[in-house]
Amino acid sequence: MIEVKDVFKSFGQKEVLKNISASFSPGTTNLIIGASGSGKTTLLKCMVGLYEVTSGEVLYDQRDFTRLDFKERVPIRKEIGMLFQGAALFDSMTVEDNIIFPLNMFTELSHAEKHDRASFVLERVNLAGTNKLYPAELSGGMKKRVGIARAIAMKPKYLFCDEPNSGLDPKTSIVIDRLIHELTNELNITTIVVTHDMNSVMEIGENIVFIHEGEKWWEGNNKDILDSENKELDEFIFASKFMTALKRKK
Amino acid sequence: MNFIEQFGKYILLIISVFSKPEKRKVYFKEISREMVSVGIGSLGIVCIISVFFGMVSAVQTAAQLLNSFIPKTVIGSITRDTSILEFCPTVTCLVLAGRVGSSISSEIGTMRITEQIDALEIMGINSRGYLILPKIVACVTMFPLLICISMVLAIGGGLLAGVLSHLLTQQEYIQGITNGFIPRYVFIGLGKAFVYGFIISSVCAFQGFYTRGGSLEVGQASTRGLVYSCIAILFFDYVIAQLFL
Repeated sequence: MIEVKDVFKSFGQKEVLKNISASFSPGTTNLIIGASGSGKTTLLKCMVGLYEVTSGEVLYDQRDFTRLDFKERVPIRKEIGMLFQGAALFDSMTVEDNIIFPLNMFTELSHAEKHDRASFVLERVNLAGTNKLYPAELSGGMKKRVGIARAIAMKPKYLFCDEPNSGLDPKTSIVIDRLIHELTNELNITTIVVTHDMNSVMEIGENIVFIHEGEKWWEGNNKDILDSENKELDEFIFASKFMTALKRKK
Repeated sequence: MNFIEQFGKYILLIISVFSKPEKRKVYFKEISREMVSVGIGSLGIVCIISVFFGMVSAVQTAAQLLNSFIPKTVIGSITRDTSILEFCPTVTCLVLAGRVGSSISSEIGTMRITEQIDALEIMGINSRGYLILPKIVACVTMFPLLICISMVLAIGGGLLAGVLSHLLTQQEYIQGITNGFIPRYVFIGLGKAFVYGFIISSVCAFQGFYTRGGSLEVGQASTRGLVYSCIAILFFDYVIAQLFL
């Protein structure tokens, strides 16, 4: 379980996160949603330690991540997998080398075992046979799936996904969403997805935290989100005619 | 104030670069890869410019100094000393700053803006050490080797130009390069290459590592890295000359 308690984050005089508290359970696909610039990616980066919180706590199974230094964080970081918005694959490495990179760094597995692990996770994300390709040879959706494969290669307890659908067509977006959801249930990991894609929200949002102007405004799931009484959330959800039509139909 | 802040940031980065590696085997592999990239990759340009340095040096010395009172062997002596002390280490390293340095800052800068460095950090890897240490080690080891080759080729280039232009005979040139040879100059030249290797790799890596923004900023970081490296090289050229000559 990941818990965020009373988190504030400022950049100079600008307060980006204001008193955010939330908890994210294992085996659940947790979504952090909000408009662009609302602070959701900043919250994610605070949670994984790419930004230091100004005040507050981030707890990984009761271990306070914010009070640890770089070396003390390493054991927790080995339990974290992350899918970046642009996949962040290492350009100079093949798909397989990208996946076995963390295994090379932190495990004593033999070359054959690492190769098997890479092939297994690639098969799991439906990319079997792409081991020797370079990131430049992959499409956007394939890059995202390799990113997921790399994130789960170390068998993480926590999976973070930053805008996994950005730049993808609706069909590929659904494939990625379902893959994240399936892996969450299959591996019983705590998954946190930052998104502003309403298709994702409706598809996989088991627990949803809505951030508006750096504050948490609403928390719930995809079943009750359309019926929320929250004005800011409604403005966010029903900005598209499709969602308005969906609500009418409901 | 900004200079002091940046310099402090640079020192902190260098300290963190030399922290204990997560896995030595992976670092050795990276160092070998970088050594090939820096060494073999730069060999061609170093060979070409070195031969021309030597040729120009011989021809210009002849044009400016030769008269009936100065022996022709002076062409060899001056070509040797200017090549070993100045042309090969300093000018070659200025050229290498363009080739190797800008490649370092743009590679690291691109990794920064495409979140590859963040990916390393999240995995629990010291990104500074993993990305920068192999480049520094490769530069401080390969630059002196390249400069050794450069010295030999520059002196050879001087011989070629001198003989082909009928400025002097082969024997006169060889007599010139052996007369009054001070072996210490070679070590000073190689010492310069070591220092410049460190400056180029660390300054350019620093500029790349703290890149923010997009491709425009990567280009700017690359330019800054090159300009600051060149200024630092010329500054240390003076310091070394003042201290050791």
